[in-house]
Amino acid sequence: MTARSIRVLAAATLAAALTISAAACSNPGSGTAGNKAAKGTVVVGIAYEPESLSPLLGYGKDGNSKIFDGLLAVDGEMKLRPALASALPEVSKDGLTYTYKLRQGVKFSDGKPFGAKDVVFTYRTILDKKTNNASKTELDAVKDIKATGDDTVVFTLKYPYAPFAERTVVPIAPEHIAAGQDVNTGDFTTKPIGTGPYVLTGWSKGEKISFKANPGYWGGAPKVKKFTMAIIKDDDVRATRLRSGDLDGAILPPNLAKGFRGENGRKTYAATTYDYRTVTLPTHNKVAGDTAVRRALDVAVDRETMVDKILEGAGKPAYGPVPTDSEWFAEGTERTHDIARAKKILDDAGWKPGKDGIRVKDGVRATFPLWYLSGDKLRQEHALAYASDAKKAGIDIRTEAGTWEVIEPRMKDDAVLAGGGAPGDPDFDQYLLLKSSLGGDGFNNMAWYDNKAVDTALEKGRKSGTKAVRKAAYDTVQRELVKNPGYTFLTHIDHLYVVGDHWDGLSTQVEPHDHGLASGPWWNVEDWTPKK
Amino acid sequence: MARMTGRRALLAAPVLLVVTFGVFAVAAASPFDPVKAYTGTAGLTASQENLDQIRANLGVDQPLVTRWWNWLTAAVSGDFGDSSVMRQPVADVIAERIGWSALLAATAFAVAILLGTVLGVLAARRRGGWLDRCVSSAAYTLEAAPAFWLGLLAIWFFALKLDVLPAGGLTDTASDVVTAGQVASHLVLPAAVLGISQLPWFFLYVRQGVADALDEDPVRGARARGLAERTVLLGHALRSGMLPMLTLIGSRVPELITGALLVETVFSWPGIAAATVQAATSVDFPLLAALTVLATAAVLLGNLLSDLLYGLADPRVGFDG
Repeated sequence: MTARSIRVLAAATLAAALTISAAACSNPGSGTAGNKAAKGTVVVGIAYEPESLSPLLGYGKDGNSKIFDGLLAVDGEMKLRPALASALPEVSKDGLTYTYKLRQGVKFSDGKPFGAKDVVFTYRTILDKKTNNASKTELDAVKDIKATGDDTVVFTLKYPYAPFAERTVVPIAPEHIAAGQDVNTGDFTTKPIGTGPYVLTGWSKGEKISFKANPGYWGGAPKVKKFTMAIIKDDDVRATRLRSGDLDGAILPPNLAKGFRGENGRKTYAATTYDYRTVTLPTHNKVAGDTAVRRALDVAVDRETMVDKILEGAGKPAYGPVPTDSEWFAEGTERTHDIARAKKILDDAGWKPGKDGIRVKDGVRATFPLWYLSGDKLRQEHALAYASDAKKAGIDIRTEAGTWEVIEPRMKDDAVLAGGGAPGDPDFDQYLLLKSSLGGDGFNNMAWYDNKAVDTALEKGRKSGTKAVRKAAYDTVQRELVKNPGYTFLTHIDHLYVVGDHWDGLSTQVEPHDHGLASGPWWNVEDWTPKK
Repeated sequence: MARMTGRRALLAAPVLLVVTFGVFAVAAASPFDPVKAYTGTAGLTASQENLDQIRANLGVDQPLVTRWWNWLTAAVSGDFGDSSVMRQPVADVIAERIGWSALLAATAFAVAILLGTVLGVLAARRRGGWLDRCVSSAAYTLEAAPAFWLGLLAIWFFALKLDVLPAGGLTDTASDVVTAGQVASHLVLPAAVLGISQLPWFFLYVRQGVADALDEDPVRGARARGLAERTVLLGHALRSGMLPMLTLIGSRVPELITGALLVETVFSWPGIAAATVQAATSVDFPLLAALTVLATAAVLLGNLLSDLLYGLADPRVGFDG
């Protein structure tokens, strides 16, 4: 390039930059969400796309799937209510038989009637070995399901499983369509047909999923006639498209949701969740496996500050998988941040500070690695804060980032910043996290936690049908966790949504760890009514 | 000419064979676990027994060579298998998307060739003139700019700041009917970005070719005879100046494919590119292999096409062999 052409290039770049910055001063287009409400359409931005829309492969397993209904559903207070069943199930005395009477006159959106054979087909297919359903363990208790007459189905269980009714929110697939094709790759996985309030009209993968109201819905035709979920993985793009009026609502991280606070015509909804962040303390690690170290870390960590600084207030301190505002939480198991106490616990156990301030016992330095999922900013911040709190008590935690492929083989010995949480029954999280026989089983009991008292209480809790007995059992589990914490639970995270204020009837449910399609204020979009 | 086509077709078979095996080998060596990719978050609470069963169902527990051979023998008989990540037969995944990718690539190619030729001829006519200097420097800059960066810049400027063109997707977010008008307006940005990222090559080749031709005797003779400037430029100089560009058309095909990959991702264009990225990160062997075959075939065809065109345009070159 000659000097002359460089000069020309520089001038051209400068001119372009000036044009662009001049344009940047102009106002972005204002929203048009109001007109959309009048027409009965809602467009929301979500960060997650399902792999499949087939309930047989796990879609909508926690209920509330828009296209489908389960036998039961959960309401705003997380109480079970009948959906395709006409009433809550009858449970036999020994807790081994669940009998469901079915709602009459329900039709699939293709006009064919729904019946007991569809229920039997759905559950049998999910439990079939050939079906690639990664959540089928949740139905592990089922021994058999059969139809007795066209309006009754009976589940027989292998062992008494108190929370079983909660598992029957699984959406029901039509046998006459799904039975004739490959369950893993057939048309039904992308073009589902169900009994639900909405009918799928299009799924452009990676772009959006569109629904229209099902006029023949047994619960009454929804007022929101068209419902679109735009799949936008990037948080900033989602926020921008919400601002430009392209979206009526979206899920946003706390820092971006803050930008919409107090804005006219938009409301922010914070959904409380069971979504926890925790540090696994593997029993096989010489340092993290020591009960004194675990107890010290449990009180050394400053949960309140994590909630304030990392979550910008949108969350709660966590002391176990059960959130503090749940009816299953054991009162009095809260641990306050107390560095002095942490130091005393370590001193008493023989962990003496070394030259560099890091404690040593029998030649073992109090240090272990803590892995977090690379790219997950929230986990990274939790991990760094945890390591810094631990340092103050004389424990050196080295944080390292990696993908699950890197982390998984190390889970037995190294600590991991894990997340999870399923609302509903206290059995769901606690059993998988704490049962000693599940140590090292996939991602269950990642810490290889092993505590006889907890094992017994977990079994008692899942088998008893009496609520008082169950409450006592889970109280025992939570109190045992104070004496010997296998994990340091850090926070429960609120999920934030910003939605245009054009409809009545919006609320949020208690949400699980993963952001399913039905999470967010649109969990009951079928019940929304236009604002007058 | 027919002989060359035949010979190339024969050669294509072993090339494709090696490429598909390469894809299977690379995917098998990658640290990604197909079962983990398949199960997603549900896999994080699944029991080991359940995960093992899925591994067996997907057939990813078999050795690399077996898997490749099974895929190959099925593919030869027209069955490309099922995509694990899309939960659909591979043929369906490709059929649903390839049209949109072809539309995007063809539009972009047309933009690049037309604009490149016109600008190239104009620049060659007045070498060192202001148009030549501006366009040439812009071309060098563009050549260094990655397509995805241009894409992000275009979204920011046209969609966010000016609000005149949609930022992405095939149709408006609230609409699920695909109409020609909507597709056309959504096509503008991605096609322009892809086309412009390809433009420098065509422009620079045409400019050089036409400029060289203008200095040659036949053209000077034509000028001396007093022929109109337009006839000289288009009839004489452009014809011989176009030759190198014909080669270029074929050799730009792979660039176009990789460029389209990035542009489709940036603009959420529902083409084959998003599927390719997903297939790769999820170690979806059948889909990945089928897509690689397609891309390789496109490159081989592109090269054949340019060689044929070249032979036709300049008989002295002939057809190889």
